[in-house]
Amino acid sequence: MRNSILNIDKKNNLINSIYTFYRDGFKGMVLGKKLWTIILIKLFVMFVILKLFFFPNYLNTKFATNEEKTDYVLEQITRNASKN
Amino acid sequence: MVDIDLSMVNWARAQFALTAMYHWIFVPLTLGLSFLCAFFESIYVRTEDKQWLTITKFWMTLFGINFAIGVATGIILEFEFGTNWSNYSWIVGDIFGAPLAIEGIFAFFLEATFFAVMFFGWNRVSKKFHLFSTWMVAVGSNLSAVWILVANGWMQNPVGMIFNPETARFEMNNFSEVVFNPVAVSKFVHTSSSGFLFASLFVLSISCWYLIRGKHLQMAKKSIVVASVFGLLSSSFVAFTGDESAYVVARKQPMKLAAIEGLYKGQTKAPIVAAGILNPDKKPGDNQEPFLVEIKIPYLLSLLANRSFNSFVPGIDDLVYGNEEQKIEGVASKINKGKTAINDLALFKQARKENNNKKAESALANFKKNQEYMGYGYLNKPEEAVPSIAIPYYAFHIMVALGTLFPVMFAVFLFYAFKDSLTRQKWLLPLGLISGLLGLIAQESGWAVAEVGRQPWAINGLLPVKIATTNLAATNVQITFFMFLGIFTLLLLAEITIMLKQISIGPEEGVLK
Repeated sequence: MRNSILNIDKKNNLINSIYTFYRDGFKGMVLGKKLWTIILIKLFVMFVILKLFFFPNYLNTKFATNEEKTDYVLEQITRNASKN
Repeated sequence: MVDIDLSMVNWARAQFALTAMYHWIFVPLTLGLSFLCAFFESIYVRTEDKQWLTITKFWMTLFGINFAIGVATGIILEFEFGTNWSNYSWIVGDIFGAPLAIEGIFAFFLEATFFAVMFFGWNRVSKKFHLFSTWMVAVGSNLSAVWILVANGWMQNPVGMIFNPETARFEMNNFSEVVFNPVAVSKFVHTSSSGFLFASLFVLSISCWYLIRGKHLQMAKKSIVVASVFGLLSSSFVAFTGDESAYVVARKQPMKLAAIEGLYKGQTKAPIVAAGILNPDKKPGDNQEPFLVEIKIPYLLSLLANRSFNSFVPGIDDLVYGNEEQKIEGVASKINKGKTAINDLALFKQARKENNNKKAESALANFKKNQEYMGYGYLNKPEEAVPSIAIPYYAFHIMVALGTLFPVMFAVFLFYAFKDSLTRQKWLLPLGLISGLLGLIAQESGWAVAEVGRQPWAINGLLPVKIATTNLAATNVQITFFMFLGIFTLLLLAEITIMLKQISIGPEEGVLK
């Protein structure tokens, strides 16, 4: 019983230390803040603007099932078969 | 059925090249600079000299800036796969899924843990644990590159898979064959070592700037010594792995080798072109001279390609039109087999739709006889199997020329560093200053050799780029091409501005916090 309480305490301390480590690290940033701002803007532009509006997954938007995607791609790669 | 717009294919290729070449500014610097930071910090931990700590923190700051600007730029390539290269994405999904997922998970855990210790952990973890974390970032970044290059190596030399006509996908049937693909192995060692070389040039470049300006002299000299030793070792390794790459290319992609050498007619005891200007009017199969001017070194291409002075190296004409004496099958014959494979695949598809199992089995059996030539069936004429010659030829020769210059440069820098007379070498420092730019040119040239040289294939011999793309209008890709151009230019300007500011602040104050 005592051992398991000690283990829980140790775990909590570890989680707390990790949390404090990251919290203080982020708080103490100077140039890092500017770099994180650039990273966040970049991720926003990439995932919210580019991905949503300009880079849809073509097959996912056109077809609902894997069977439909297979049919479409097979059609594409054999489309000149009759000409051969 | 509407045929795919060829201008769309070219725009999709241009967009992919733009993204990959932009991404490739940051990646090699991350691969090499991470190790240089680990070396600087190791010296600090061993000597306990505070100047090495300052040096470590300064280069780590530049590493952090490069990482922050470059991070996630590679994800755009995956967006492009889904939109512009949907046939390709579907066809290779089963092969690429595993390596790219491993890379993503690996990179995430690495960056979330050791990267944080590297920047947040000064004075908060022990010196040894901090050093361990720096080494883990270096090793982990390089291991992360393994998986991308495994995927790329597979495209250059597809192994460890079977094509499933039921799903229209290549499916992995031998993971170790995919991972230990000779092209992937030679690519990884050559690419990562060239990243070490580029990062050494980057350090040399900035250190020379300090020496020219008469600032931070001790830091600059010490950095030059470490970078020159690492650069000299890396450049020797790059030469060794480059030789291995050429040997593998000769085996798996002989057309690429012929293109980078401008070799039209195959030869025994083939010479290598040390330098030369291509004849722009030369076409496969004509009788024009391939070069306007050339300087050749006898026997060397045979040695490079086959490790034998007397061996035969096939030229573009041999590969396109065949060479009976050398038992080389021409592309026309492969096109016929490829068309038969595609017809059989179409018959199989039709039979499945009709639930005619007997007809499907027969079509499948016939398809399997020629499936390795499937890609050729999409070519309209044999000459389509030839990539652009000028780009891989000039890129290869620029890369090799610079790769020959770099070790000499590192050796000269080391010589004067040990004589403690670097600051008096007014002729040498400007060369060192521009060496980072030369390193970048060598890096991008290497990319062009690898990727332009393998055209017209998305997957070597199996899927040409024109079939790999999505059936979209070219304008769709044009819009995003110019958007990327704008975004990338802005990001690059941001990187250069922030880096220049940190460099001008210098090592004492310019530490990433």
